[in-house]
Amino acid sequence: MLRLPSFRYLEPRTLKEALRWKSESGPESMYVAGGTDLYPNMKRRHQEPKVVISLARIRALRPKGRSRKAASGLTLAPMMTLTELVESEGIRESYPVLARAAELISTPILRNMGTLGGNLCLDTRCNYYNQSYEWRKAINFCLKKDGAICWVAPSSPRCWAVNSSDLAPVMVAIGADFLLVGPEGERTVAAADFYQNDGIDYLSKHPGEILAEIRVPPRDGWEATYWKLRRRGSFDFPVLGVAAWVRWEEQKVAEARIVLGAVASQPQPVPEAAAAIIGSRLDDEAIEEAALAAFRPSKPMDNTDFGLAWRKEMTRQFVRGALKELRSKLVE
Amino acid sequence: MARRAEPPGHAHISLEVNGEPVEVSFPPHKTLLEVLREDLGLTGTKHGCELGECGTCTVLLDGQPVLSCLVLGVAAAGRKVKTVEGMARGPELHPLQRAFADLGAAQCGYCTPGILLAAEALLERNPRPTRQDIKEALAGNLCRCTGYIKIYEAVELAAAWMRGEDAAPPEESIYGRR
Ligand SMILES: Cc1cc2nc3c(=O)[nH]c(=O)nc-3n(C[C@H](O)[C@H](O)[C@H](O)COP(=O)(O)OP(=O)(O)OC[C@H]3O[C@@H](n4cnc5c(N)ncnc54)[C@H](O)[C@@H]3O)c2cc1C
Ligand code: SF4
Ligand code: FES
Ligand code: FES
Repeated sequence: MLRLPSFRYLEPRTLKEALRWKSESGPESMYVAGGTDLYPNMKRRHQEPKVVISLARIRALRPKGRSRKAASGLTLAPMMTLTELVESEGIRESYPVLARAAELISTPILRNMGTLGGNLCLDTRCNYYNQSYEWRKAINFCLKKDGAICWVAPSSPRCWAVNSSDLAPVMVAIGADFLLVGPEGERTVAAADFYQNDGIDYLSKHPGEILAEIRVPPRDGWEATYWKLRRRGSFDFPVLGVAAWVRWEEQKVAEARIVLGAVASQPQPVPEAAAAIIGSRLDDEAIEEAALAAFRPSKPMDNTDFGLAWRKEMTRQFVRGALKELRSKLVE
Repeated sequence: MARRAEPPGHAHISLEVNGEPVEVSFPPHKTLLEVLREDLGLTGTKHGCELGECGTCTVLLDGQPVLSCLVLGVAAAGRKVKTVEGMARGPELHPLQRAFADLGAAQCGYCTPGILLAAEALLERNPRPTRQDIKEALAGNLCRCTGYIKIYEAVELAAAWMRGEDAAPPEESIYGRR
């Protein structure tokens, strides 16, 4: 059987206790939420923490009956399961893009376990990394763990493993903020600054910090959608995600953000594509220009599923499709 | 009464398994799947990928389907676990089990325990599921033998029986087209 390495398991009841135990256990410790990313990784020996600190029993991280909705937006608890997110009436009504992205994640059973916070802190992925210890050993490992070379880009000094979260690009596109609580106190970071384009050092979060709240801006005239490309209709991580967000004012696009998922080590904004639709009524020409602007810089790497040329072409198709969907919602 | 001494580093937990209170001790890095199979002797729950990618290890935790290969045993402390061994009442099979047997919805049978539990959780919430509801509820369980059609038909048949209807399987699903 594929077993977990041995570790000490702690279940703090408060944030303070969790932070204290984390600093006492040092760098050989990790937090766990639903465990659907960390435990498979530990079984493959990607991470081998000596101490695992569960966030499951900390009330302050659980959804408080109803998620808080105010004029300033919606606050979500990181320990909300993906099923809770998908089934929340409030979210389906006011923030359908979140429910849409969440229901495309993996399978209904995994969504009963996986959490929003864990999804946003997901480890990056690569065909040469998400393999058993023996498999990785047979290729003499790689830069991301235990080895010295990147098999995807052998002359590159960095790791190109992919951010494969379905919710991360959506959070960046809609401009969410994350509250981090650490030993030094609290800070708020924009979702866009939470991620870094490095397969090994992919979060700006310090290892001791806990993602404690996700703050989603109020619905003041914006519309957003998310499109996901994957091989099967279930189970699979995205090979491409397109999160598109526009603010609609006076029958025109006043502001826009287009963010690609699963193509870089961070959710990848494409400002050129967004610029192409600003000021437009999302007419066909503007959409075509945006799709082309997203297609041009798209350079899929050979570390996920499907062929490279087809994946690049799908960037154009999906940006076009997502923007047409937004037009159908916005233009009377 | 003195407690049996635990080997050092073992966790000792109480939980409810298939309606019965159980106490068990094991190293804290064991998954619920390993505890069920190795420490409690309940080998009905199968292990497949052990990485969350197949669903064959599905059990119900407080009534909700979870992948037991990715739940720690210690995280089940104080909670209710249901495995396939808890479905039959004495010698009487659960309607889902009966329907699976009647319709040939189990071939090699390896995926069956997980699918039965996922289907039971569905019927608990939704006694009259559409074919689409069934497909969605079972979208986390791979079967390499049946092609799924028999499985969907069996869940539909069991659902009808459980609603008290006098349903029979379509002749075609048993004998094929004549
Ligand atoms: C078969 C399979 C398919 C999958 N498919 C998809 C998919 O299609 N799309 C997708 O997006 N994901 C997918 N996943 C990945 C994962 O299951 C989900 O993203 C899930 O939401 C992760 O949440 P978790 O609570 O289980 O994370 P965990 O495994 O508990 O944690 C993941 C990481 O985040 C850290 N962490 C968790 N919560 C916090 C917090 N509050 N503060 C600080 N750090 C924290 C942990 O230390 C760990 O490093 C899949 C996984 C599997 C096994
Ligand atoms: S991108 Fe390169 S270094 Fe990173 S995980 Fe893949 S092979 Fe390893
Ligand atoms: S054995 Fe648990 S999902 Fe495959
Ligand atoms: S019956 Fe063989 S895997 Fe489903």
